[in-house]
Amino acid sequence: MNGDNGTGRPETAAPAIELRGISKRFGPVRANRDVCLTVEAGEIHGIVGENGAGKSTLMEILYGFYAADAGQIVVNGVETEIPDSQAAIAAGIGMVHQHFKLVETFTVLENVVLGAEDGVLLRPSLDRARALLGNLAQEYELEVDPDAVVETLSVGLQQRVEILKALYRNADILILDEPTGVLTPSEADHLFRILRNLRNQGKTVLLITHKLREIMDVTDSVSVMRRGEMKATLRTEATSPEELAELMVGRKVLLSVEKRPSTPGEIRLDVENLSVTDKTGVARLKGISFSVRSGEILGVAGVSGNGQSELLAVLGGISPGTGQIRVRGQTIDISRADGQARRSDGIAHVPEDRQRLGLVMAFAQWENAVFGYHAAPAYCRQLGLTNRRTIFETADTWIQKYDVRPANKNLAASRFSGGNQQKIVISREFERNPDILIVGQPTRGVDIGAIEFIHRQIIALRDAGKAILLVSVELDEILSLSDRVAVMFDGRISGERITADTDERELGLLMAGMTDKGGSRTPEVLPE
Amino acid sequence: MTFEVILQLFDSSLRLATPFLLACLAGLFSERAGIFDIGLEGKMLAGAFCAAAMAAISGSAWIGLMAGMGISVLLSALHGLASITLRGNQLISGVAINFLASGLTVLVGQNLFRLGGQTPQLKGNARFSEITLPFADTLRDVPLIGPVYHDLISGHNILVYIGLAAVPLTWWVLFRTRFGLRLRAVGENPGAVDTAGVSVVRLRYEAVILCGILCGIAGAYLSLGTSAAGFVREMSAGKGFIALAALIFAKWQPLNALYACLLFGFLEAIGTKYQNVDVWGLFILPVQFMQALPYILTVVILAGFVGKAIPPKAGGQPYVKEE
Amino acid sequence: MNEQAHGWIRLIIIPLINLVLAFFVSGLVVLMIGENPFRALQILLTGALGSSYGIGYTLYYATSFTFTGLAVAIAFHASLFNIGGEGQAGVAGIGVAVVCLSVVGNTHWVLVFPLAICGAGLAGAAWAAIPAYLQATRGSHVVITTIMFNFIASALLVYLLVNVLKVEGSMSPESRKFGETARLPFMHDIMGGIGIPLARTPLNLSFLLALVCTVLTWVLIWRTRLGYEIRAFGQSESAAVYAGISPVRITMAAMLLSGGMAGMMALNTVMGEANRLVLDAVQGAGFVGIAVALIGRSHPVGVLLAAILFGMLYQGGAELAFEMPAISREMIVVIQALVILFTGALENLVRFPVEGLLRRFERRAR
Repeated sequence: MNGDNGTGRPETAAPAIELRGISKRFGPVRANRDVCLTVEAGEIHGIVGENGAGKSTLMEILYGFYAADAGQIVVNGVETEIPDSQAAIAAGIGMVHQHFKLVETFTVLENVVLGAEDGVLLRPSLDRARALLGNLAQEYELEVDPDAVVETLSVGLQQRVEILKALYRNADILILDEPTGVLTPSEADHLFRILRNLRNQGKTVLLITHKLREIMDVTDSVSVMRRGEMKATLRTEATSPEELAELMVGRKVLLSVEKRPSTPGEIRLDVENLSVTDKTGVARLKGISFSVRSGEILGVAGVSGNGQSELLAVLGGISPGTGQIRVRGQTIDISRADGQARRSDGIAHVPEDRQRLGLVMAFAQWENAVFGYHAAPAYCRQLGLTNRRTIFETADTWIQKYDVRPANKNLAASRFSGGNQQKIVISREFERNPDILIVGQPTRGVDIGAIEFIHRQIIALRDAGKAILLVSVELDEILSLSDRVAVMFDGRISGERITADTDERELGLLMAGMTDKGGSRTPEVLPE
Repeated sequence: MTFEVILQLFDSSLRLATPFLLACLAGLFSERAGIFDIGLEGKMLAGAFCAAAMAAISGSAWIGLMAGMGISVLLSALHGLASITLRGNQLISGVAINFLASGLTVLVGQNLFRLGGQTPQLKGNARFSEITLPFADTLRDVPLIGPVYHDLISGHNILVYIGLAAVPLTWWVLFRTRFGLRLRAVGENPGAVDTAGVSVVRLRYEAVILCGILCGIAGAYLSLGTSAAGFVREMSAGKGFIALAALIFAKWQPLNALYACLLFGFLEAIGTKYQNVDVWGLFILPVQFMQALPYILTVVILAGFVGKAIPPKAGGQPYVKEE
Repeated sequence: MNEQAHGWIRLIIIPLINLVLAFFVSGLVVLMIGENPFRALQILLTGALGSSYGIGYTLYYATSFTFTGLAVAIAFHASLFNIGGEGQAGVAGIGVAVVCLSVVGNTHWVLVFPLAICGAGLAGAAWAAIPAYLQATRGSHVVITTIMFNFIASALLVYLLVNVLKVEGSMSPESRKFGETARLPFMHDIMGGIGIPLARTPLNLSFLLALVCTVLTWVLIWRTRLGYEIRAFGQSESAAVYAGISPVRITMAAMLLSGGMAGMMALNTVMGEANRLVLDAVQGAGFVGIAVALIGRSHPVGVLLAAILFGMLYQGGAELAFEMPAISREMIVVIQALVILFTGALENLVRFPVEGLLRRFERRAR
C-alpha cells in the first residue's frame, strides 16, 4: 500500500495539495521521511497517526513554519516555494494550530486583522474586517463578537477566531491541527458542521487528529502516518477504524487492558467540598466531593481545562485549596501548597506534565530518581550532605526494573524519549509504595509499547491495594482502566458512574455539562 | 509654601522628569515588543557623552543630539543582536551595555579632552537654550495663568517639549497604527505574529531602534539641556533604572508614564531643594536620605505596593519556533 | 564525537573562544586610543605576574573577586541575578567595622576574625534580604531592586562615614583605625616568618578564606540537599514546586548566601588592607563578580580561575595606566563589559556555529 497516493477516484482537476518526497529532521530525529501526499480540492482530508508520527511537522512545513530538508510542494497544480507563513498565506493556505496563535489581550477584530492590515492606519482595516466578519458568520455558522477580548472567550470560540483569521486572508485550503482536543463533544460537532459548510463552499480542509472516530465522522479521505512515514491514503467510506488503527500502530492493537474485577477496601482518600480559586480570582474548582477506596481506580474524565489540573495540583500539594481532604480519615492541611507534606501523608503524584513538573530536564536520571523524595533520611547524611551512594543504587535498580533506555543514570532527563522520561517519573512514584496514587495523563506523548507497560503497572498497584485517582482526557484510557468514573465540567463533578454501567455516549454528555438532574444545563453554556 | 515656591518646584520637577520620561518611553517601545532593556542607563550615559563630545567639537547642540542618538541606537542594535538574533540573556546583555558605556565614556573622554573624563563646559549654541513661548512676556502679569504660563510652561529647552510631545505620539503610534498593533502583538505572543506572516525579528529590531533613538535624546538632554552643560562621569546616576521602575508603575501605558515620571521628577526636585528636611521638629532627614529617596521609591513601586502591573507576556524571552 | 568530548567543548572551549573575542575587541579599543595593544598586553602581564609584588597585588584583587564571583554564582544556580554585590559588600564593610571597632584594646586577630566573618556575612546577607524577600513574595525583579540597593548602600555609607563614624576633626570620610593587633596578618608577614621573603602587598589571610569558600561553595552546590534544591529551583521553578521545594525558602536562602558571600570581601579590603572603614572599599569588585561568575560558568573552580584573571587585569591595568597615561583605569571596566558581553549575552555568537560544526562531524562519523 506504501506509495499509493491515489484516492481511487478519477482526477478531474488538479489536486489542492501535492507533497512530493518531503523530508525533515530535527537533530537526530527524522520527523518526516520521504513523505508524499495528495489532497483533492473540495474535500475534507484527514491525517491520522500516533503522537510523534510527524503529522504536525508535515503541516508546519506546508504552512511555511519549518523549511523541509528535501521535497516539493505543489499547490493547485503549481509548484510553490513556501519559505515562510507569508508565502503560505499568499498561496491560499490557512492554519489553525493546536495551540492557538492568538494575542489574548487583543479583541477578536484586532486578532483577525493582525498581519493582514490594509494600510498604515488601523481604522480602515478594522472597519473592513468588521463587515467581513458579519458575512462570514452568516455563511459558515461562525458567530463571534468582534469586540470581545480574546482571553475572555471560551476555547471553542477562540478556535472560531482562528478559522476567521484564515478566511479573512482568503484561505482556500484550511489546515486544522488536533482541533478537538480542547473541545467538548458538542463543540466538536459544531466545528464539524462548520468544516462541512466550508467544504460545500468549495474549500479544502486538512484535518489532523489521532482520534479515529472523528476521521470516520467527517472526512472524505484519510492518510495514515507512522514514524515519520506516509503509510497509506484511503477513501474513508472504504476503510474501518480497525484497519486505520493497525496502519497507525503497525500491528494489531489490544484496545482493552486485561484486569480482574476490583476488590475495594476502606476509604483512603476522602475529598469534601474542595474549591480552588486561581491567582486571577477565577474559581477553578467549585466545591467537589468524592472518595477513593483502597484497591480501586477512580477515573476522572473531562475535556481538558475543566478543573482536573487544579484537582491534581491541590492533591499533590502544588497549590492550596479550601474544603476538606481526609487521608485515611485524617484531615490534612491544604491551606498552603506543600508537596513535602503530601508525600509524607502517603500520596504519590505522577503529574500531568512530566517536562514542566515531574522532572528537572537538566538533571541527570539519578538526580531525578529521588526528586521530591530527596529529603528522605535514606538520601541524606549529616550536615545536609546528600548520600550519593544510596541514590546511585536506587537509580540503577529502577532503570533495570522499569527497563529505562538508555540505561545510563548520568544522562540528563532531556535526552530520554517521552516514554522513558515517563518511566523515570513512574518508577520514582510507584516504588515509593504509597497509600494513595494520583496519576495525571499517564500516557500522554508516550509510545504504544510504553503505554501497555504503564497500564499494566497501574492495574498491578490497584491489585496491591492502593487507592488510585486517574485523570485523563483520553476517554478510552479511563474506560479501560478505571472501576468508577467521575466526569468534570466547569470545576464541578457533573456525574459519577460505575465504569461497567456506562458508555462513551453517556460520559460525553456529562463532559458537555449535562448534569444528572434532568439535563438542567444545555451543552452550550459558554459565554458568547 | 508660597505660590511662587510651588511653581518653582513644579518647574524643576518638569526639568528633572524629562530624562526619565524620554527613557521611560524608550523602554516602553522595547518592552512592549517583548525585549527587556536594563541597558537604558548605559545608553543614556553613552548618549550624554557623545552628545556633549560632538557638541564641544562642532559647537552645535543639534549635531551633538544626532551623535547622542547615533551611539544609543548603535548600543540598541547590539542589544538586539544579543537578544533577538542570538537569543541571549537580555538581562546580561543590558548589564554589559551599562558597563561598556560606563567605561568607554570616561576612557574616550579622557583620551579626547584630558579633563578627567569630563567634556569641556559647553556654551552658546553648543547647548540647547531655553525657549520663550509666544506671549509669555505679555501674559506674565495676568494673575494665576500668567505666572503658570511664563514660569512653568514656557522657558524650557526644545528637548523638554520633545519629551512632552512624545507622550501622545507614542500613544497614537501604539494604538492607532498598523506598526503599533504588530508591536504590541509581538510582545504578547510572537507566535501569533509569526504565523500571521509578519517577521518577529524585524519588528523587534524596529522597536529596539526606536528605544535607542529616545534613549539618545534622553542622554543628550542630560549633557546639553541641563545646568551641567557638559558631560560628567556617571551622570546618568541610575536614571535609566528609575525610568524602568516608572514604566512598571505606568503599566506600560504612555500617559501613565508621564505621570510616573513627573512624580519621580518631583521627588528629585524636593531632594535638591531641601537638603536636610526637618520633620515636624522631631528628627532631621539627612541629605543622603533625600538623595536616596528616588531609589527607595523605586523599590517600593517594584514591590507592587502601588497596584499590581502585568507585563507583556512574552517579555524577556527570545522567540524560538516551538516544536 | 562522544558525549564527553561534546561536554568539554561546551564547558571549556566555547567560553575560551568567547574570552579571546572579548580580549580581541579590547585590543581594538586600545588601538583606537592610539596605543599598541601588544605592548599594552606585555606591560599588563609583567605588571601582574612579573614580580612577587605584582603577584601579591593580583592575588589581593583576586581574593575580593572570588568572593563576589561566588556570590553571583550561587544566585545564578537559583536562576537569580544578584547585581547587588557592590552594595552588599559595602554594607558588610560596616559590619566588619562595627565588630573591629567594638572589640576592646589589643584583642588578637585570631579572636576578632571569626566575629568579623559573622559581621561581614550577616551584614551582606541583611542587605540582600529585602530584595530577596520582595522577589520571593512580590515578584519584584531582583535585578532592579539590587541595583537600587547599591545606590541606597552608598548613600548609607556616606551618611555613616560623614555623620557617625568620622574621626573628630578629620576632613576625610573614614572611620578611626582598628586596633593594630586586630589587623589580619599580611601574607608577606606570614611567609616572611617561615623564611620566604615576599614584597609588601595588601595580600592577607582572607586569601585563604577565599580558597576555603570556593571549596565550601562547591560542596554546597553539588553535595548538599540545599544545593540540590537550589539547582532544581533554578532549572525549573514549576518542577521545584511539584517536588515540595518552597520557592520563597530557596529564593531567600540563595540570596542570603549570595549576599553573605559578597560580604566576605569586606574582610579583605576593610580588615585586611585599610584597617579602617573607608568610603570606596568595594571599588567595583561587586560588579566584577558578575563577569567572573559568567566566565567561570558559575562553577566554583571556574570562578576562582576567572577571579585570578581579573586580579591580573586589575593589577596589570594599574601598571598600564601608569605606563600609558592614555589608557585610564576605566579600560578595566571596558574589558569587564566586553567579557560579560561576549561570554554572557553574545554566548551564542560562538556556540551556534560551533554546535553546527559538531553536528556536521557527528553526521559524517555516522
